Amino acid sequence: MIQMEFYLIVSTIMMFVGIYGFFTRRNLLAMLISVELILNSVDINFAVFNRFLFPGELEGFFFSLFAIGISAAETAVAIAIIINIYRNMKNIQVKNLRDMKW
Amino acid sequence: MDITLDLIVFIALALFITVNAVLAVTTKRILRAATYLLFVLFGTAGIYFQLNYSFLGAVQLLVYAGGITVLYVFSILLTSSEGDQAEKLKKGKLAAGLAATLAAFGLCLFITLKHDFLPSHFEHGELSVRTIGHALMSGDKFGFVLPFEVISVLLLACIVGGILIARKR
Repeated sequence: MIQMEFYLIVSTIMMFVGIYGFFTRRNLLAMLISVELILNSVDINFAVFNRFLFPGELEGFFFSLFAIGISAAETAVAIAIIINIYRNMKNIQVKNLRDMKW
Repeated sequence: MDITLDLIVFIALALFITVNAVLAVTTKRILRAATYLLFVLFGTAGIYFQLNYSFLGAVQLLVYAGGITVLYVFSILLTSSEGDQAEKLKKGKLAAGLAATLAAFGLCLFITLKHDFLPSHFEHGELSVRTIGHALMSGDKFGFVLPFEVISVLLLACIVGGILIARKR
């Protein structure tokens, strides 16, 4: 049988790979992909804690279910914003987005 | 610890997820990053299936792999020209990001492995859809009808907001 910690290690790796991508990418869509990795790793954690520590309950299960729905909504709005930025500036690199300040 | 089929499947999934996640944040072409993200999402669905949460795995495949990735691919094709590559970051910035990430990763892993969790035990057996449906629709103590309704309002607001932001003026 698989220890619970193995799953936690995988999700930790995934989370910090996502954070690394968020630090080093300079394209809005690539940063959004990194955010997606982070959200996904948290979902794994909820499901694993629910399955291993509280098998009779459903809280973690539903938390990941709702988190998947919310992250879909978040992605849709973020991509709408990015497409709007592209329409105005013809570019989605972070360094070109200074016009949005002030 | 003896090697079982469960463990082999888990190790294969873990390697698949790790390699694809690293590739997704290091590859130069953004369309490839989206493809590797799709593979990571498939691996996550595999982990849900292994935990006997088939419904969650199916939702993951439907919403993430089916919906979000298509959205990503479309927006990438809309916003990036052909042969577009990620610009090179300065070596120092890359190293700083890598060092910060590795330090935080080590700290997090240390705390996770040191912590004494409640006695964990894996119960085999599928979580039946009937249980999920009853919990989702009941307004009792362990019911989830309020978040269910709230998320429907959120999705409606998201649709309206997406159209409002992205439409042509």
